[in-house]
Amino acid sequence: MSQYLLSVYYVDGEEPLSDDVVEQMYADVDKLNNKMKEQGVMLFGGGLHTPDMATVVRSETGNIVMTDGPFPEAKEQIGGFWIIEAPDLDAALDWAAQATVACRGPVEVRPFQDEPEA
Amino acid sequence: MAGEAEISEIFRAESGRAVATLARRFGDLDIAEDAVQEAFVEALRRWPGSGTPPSPAGWIITTAKNRAIDRLRRESQRAEKQEAGMLTLDDEPDEIEVVPDDQLRLIFTCCHPALGVASQIALTLRLIAGLQTEEIARAFVVPETTMAQRLVRAKKKIKVARIPYRIPGEAELPNRLPSVLAVVYLIYNEGHTATSGEDLGRPDVAREAMRLSRLLAELMPDEPEVIGLLALLLLTESRREARTRPDGELIRLGEQDRTLWDRELIEEGNALLAVCLRRNRPGPYQLQAAIAAVHVNAARAEDTDWQQIVRLYDRLYALTPTPIVALNRAIALAETGNVEDALATVDDLELDGYHLYHATRGHFLDLLGHTEEADHAYARAIELTTNETERRHLQRLREVTDRGRTA
Repeated sequence: MSQYLLSVYYVDGEEPLSDDVVEQMYADVDKLNNKMKEQGVMLFGGGLHTPDMATVVRSETGNIVMTDGPFPEAKEQIGGFWIIEAPDLDAALDWAAQATVACRGPVEVRPFQDEPEA
Repeated sequence: MAGEAEISEIFRAESGRAVATLARRFGDLDIAEDAVQEAFVEALRRWPGSGTPPSPAGWIITTAKNRAIDRLRRESQRAEKQEAGMLTLDDEPDEIEVVPDDQLRLIFTCCHPALGVASQIALTLRLIAGLQTEEIARAFVVPETTMAQRLVRAKKKIKVARIPYRIPGEAELPNRLPSVLAVVYLIYNEGHTATSGEDLGRPDVAREAMRLSRLLAELMPDEPEVIGLLALLLLTESRREARTRPDGELIRLGEQDRTLWDRELIEEGNALLAVCLRRNRPGPYQLQAAIAAVHVNAARAEDTDWQQIVRLYDRLYALTPTPIVALNRAIALAETGNVEDALATVDDLELDGYHLYHATRGHFLDLLGHTEEADHAYARAIELTTNETERRHLQRLREVTDRGRTA
């Protein structure tokens, strides 16, 4: 089994979804979460607050410095993620396909470096 | 005595099967590929003296298998214990079962949509067709180091992301087969009309694509599009000799010497096309093959059934509504005499960066007597083309148009 990070992206500044769509999205994501849990796929997951709620911490010549706001200045920001366990990429991609439909946003699939003990 | 060229030929024919078999046996593409490569080097060293063994394929697989075991033994004590039982088999015929499905698995791995198209092409030529990295780099006009890095990255992704080594199930196949066919088709296209360089095409690259296409047809005989692709390549390839003058200049389809067309390829293409069309599951490759068949089955250029070609393009457009298909349909429409409508269609297409778009517009405008606009269109086409033979051809068309204007 391998572990994959499924991150959901959204584009900052794009027209926000209508309330109806957001409500339906939450319902769809809930359903997917339950399905993942039932099948023992999901290790962890959740939605994140908007990037302007973020704080970046870094070490600069021995001093810890904090800055308000997200680290990447990119338009595309992570809105939420899952960590799943799947036998291979095809299985992970299949979950990602369900995730992108539920979340109405592109989903990046990335394998974790460490192979878990078989 | 086996010469280097002969050994290379055998290697190309056999390495795909060997890599596929070892990849299943060892579950690791790198180990499989390196071992097969080492077996090839060993063959180059030994065969010229000892002669080609009775079963070169078996020899390559056995030698590669032993190399892989040696490597695993070197790399890990644990592997040594696991593999110890196999080490007595040195020169015995190999006990690894060779199954055609292994090759198909490997093809679907190489052409997995999680890999970029450039990587899919590189992997397929390297692992399935058995080309050396340097040969692939030359075929696609990129530096060898770039190609090597592309291959390393692609293989790493297969490994770390765990792209499975598996034939897609019935339900997945419609999504997965097109990328396999597209890879072979793109390789053929590069061989047919090279993206850049002096020569029009690269016959050796086209040959590799046909070899791959034949392999697919052998492995998936029940898929009409697989057969359709092979028919398309054979029917297109049949015209190769007639496409260029002895000095390398391009000759348009309508002006080609049809006695130079390869009848054997045409007959094989026709027969395959009939077989796949009978299944009544038409797809883009079968339709393109059908169009190619209308061309090559016309005894003279003026016998070409352009109405039929327009109808086939309509069906193709219904399946794949791309501007390129619309452009080709317009060319056929113009041939039926309806140049005005053809030009109107073409003017609506967003293909400004494509040299053949402007060449086609130039041709239509010229036919309609708008020679000045035709001249502009040809100028743009010449500016955009990166193939020298095509550029000279377009320059000649432009000169003819200009002469028409001043006459």
